[in-house]
Amino acid sequence: MTRTPARGATRAAALALGVTLLAAGCGNGDDTGGEGADSSGGWTEPAQDLAADITYSVWDQTQVAAIDENLAAFNEKYPNIDVTVNVTPWGEYWTKLQTQASSDTLPDLFWMNGPNIGLYASNGKIEPITGEVEAGAIDPASYPSSLVDLYTVDGTQYGVPKDFDTIGIWTNTALFDKAGVDLPTGDWTWQEFQDTAAEISEKLKSDGVYGAAGGMDGQTTYYNTIFQAGGYVVEDGTSGYATPEDQAGIQFWTDLMESGASPSMQQLTDTTADQWFTSGKLAMYWGGSWFRAALQDEALAKDVTVLPLPTDEEQATVIHGVANVVAASSTNKEAAQALQVFLASKDAQQQQGDAGSVIPAFTGTQSAFTASMPDANLQVFLDAVAYAKPLPVSNNSAAWNALETDLLPQAFSGAKPVDQVTADLAKQMDAALAEE
Amino acid sequence: MTTSTHDPRVVASPEVAAARQGRSTRSRRPGGQRRPPLRRDGVWPWLFVLPLFTGVAVFYLWPIVNTAYLSMTRSGPFGGSTFIGFGNFTELVADPQLYTSLGNTLVYTGIVALGIPIAVYVASLLNLPGLRFAQFYRVLFFLPYVAMPTAIAMVWRVMFNGDFGLVNRALGVVGVDGPYWVSDSSTAIVAVAIVGLWSSLGFSVIVLGAGLKTIPPELYEAAELDGASTWRQFRSITVPLLTPSIFFVTIITVISSFQLFDLLYAILGSANPVLPQSMSLVYLFYREGFVNNDKGYAAAVAMVIFLVIGVVTALQFRMQRRWVQDV
Repeated sequence: MTRTPARGATRAAALALGVTLLAAGCGNGDDTGGEGADSSGGWTEPAQDLAADITYSVWDQTQVAAIDENLAAFNEKYPNIDVTVNVTPWGEYWTKLQTQASSDTLPDLFWMNGPNIGLYASNGKIEPITGEVEAGAIDPASYPSSLVDLYTVDGTQYGVPKDFDTIGIWTNTALFDKAGVDLPTGDWTWQEFQDTAAEISEKLKSDGVYGAAGGMDGQTTYYNTIFQAGGYVVEDGTSGYATPEDQAGIQFWTDLMESGASPSMQQLTDTTADQWFTSGKLAMYWGGSWFRAALQDEALAKDVTVLPLPTDEEQATVIHGVANVVAASSTNKEAAQALQVFLASKDAQQQQGDAGSVIPAFTGTQSAFTASMPDANLQVFLDAVAYAKPLPVSNNSAAWNALETDLLPQAFSGAKPVDQVTADLAKQMDAALAEE
Repeated sequence: MTTSTHDPRVVASPEVAAARQGRSTRSRRPGGQRRPPLRRDGVWPWLFVLPLFTGVAVFYLWPIVNTAYLSMTRSGPFGGSTFIGFGNFTELVADPQLYTSLGNTLVYTGIVALGIPIAVYVASLLNLPGLRFAQFYRVLFFLPYVAMPTAIAMVWRVMFNGDFGLVNRALGVVGVDGPYWVSDSSTAIVAVAIVGLWSSLGFSVIVLGAGLKTIPPELYEAAELDGASTWRQFRSITVPLLTPSIFFVTIITVISSFQLFDLLYAILGSANPVLPQSMSLVYLFYREGFVNNDKGYAAAVAMVIFLVIGVVTALQFRMQRRWVQDV
């Protein structure tokens, strides 16, 4: 079923046409659009002398060095594609992207995340990678399957992850020693976790040290416990918060705060859990694998090790990863897709991994990550892929994410009963989901 | 001379009468020749206004018209809207968030407006004859105004920290157990307003200081000869003659207070659980439009803000006649 337009012919035409190459590129790119009826493969590797200026938008300054390495390798293959990297800080990235999408001036290639993929894909703002996959240029089997699913909207694949992150418990072993509490080994239960945290808070009270910190954001805390209790956050357009499993997942954090194992809601608003941890006042911090970068220059890094999340009904952690996607409105789609394919390749992801800022998604490129803190047992984050569940998202995740941040703190702080808050949240969330 | 032109009874010529009623004040050329009516100038005056008008039209008027239209639509995150009439407004009027955020905005505006009397007092202190380092003090008061709100907010956020902040440490010294300023719903908006007051003080002091310079020193000399105390001079000369400047400062302060967003956003932080109880009108607008992707509803909030500011400003102009001196 694969159509293979002669590469030589394309190249000859390109050479002959010279400056009109760009226009040819456009026409070619348009063929790969979502229609699917006329073309079977849809994507072919562009000629190496393809000339274009494209933009690539990202939000993380710390990854720019690795991206520059990637682009140097890319330009060895395509010397005439000039890539401009735009870094917009996280806070403004999505606002800016939305404005650009409204006026069809999106960057040619840009970073996408789970909560937003549904919104952009369902509005036809990004180009599917169906063509690249069918042509064999990108093989979805090379990446964690839960993340491949994350970037599949209504059966169409829009991107593959460039990296991934899972959640583990960053642990300050010095505080365990000080409190005289044994470091847990192997898998552990919710109850064991709660007891350990409470014991440390109790024994180190005079130092203002806490055993663990309560939930403020879903990805690192309560989504994990909801999954562990066997619940779900959103499925088939309905909220799971009214289920007893979800209530148990929320109750976990209420208990942690009530027992004094965790600082109060207000304390955690003033000083976030990661700040408590890096200032040596928190023994166990539920955090993403990305937190490693923050520990790099901290003196306490030598005392840090990672524990797996505790288990309830099942073992679970949230997995998420960023994907490179091509704008549907791009006028240089051929060049943008060439870069997209390159960045998804094993070589490019190996480069990313070796640069050490993220865990690359391509299977077998992750060893540099675990080696970056050899004594910290970072393997926990990689092992977690086996039982990881993708970050819960829908076509307008932001609407109900706002509801979660509005309502759940009342349950965590004990201001309102958990079942009342979750029932209310489920109702409002269902209404928001119905509007999508 | 000064008094005669302000007395309606001694108005002599129709031109002056016209001028006082706000019609053309340029009806006489310096030479005394009558100026031809405006309509005979043709296109020229309009061409001179054009550069400014284009800017205003493109960046202010057109967006207002567009927002008004958008507020009557249900609009997707990337545009593409359907007209629904006043649906957003009926929904908004029934939305408790509107009243919470309106209340917070009023509390904020009230506290920041307290800065105006303080600014009057500070400005007159800075204007005392013979004050050394006056320029230095002026710079000191003005610095917060020119500093970036986000930078200010970050510093204050650290100072307001409930466990480790400077504010609560200072309160602790005098035996007061300070609250969790920015994470307690009863104090969050007050904390933001304290910063708002502090950072807008400099602007008011500079404007009022300029106003003070226009008060003739003879008045003070005369008052002193009559035996008026410094306080009496302040009350009976400085304040009344400063009222036009105070009026201007009040208008500007109130309008900018109603537009409270950046300070609140940066001091409280977008993940703060007390935000639903502590947000301002503009924050509600931001949240609906850019977080929940409901652009039509956000536009309706924007129209309400527009309306509220319009009404409050109109009210202030009406009340101006009661208390602002005609200098």
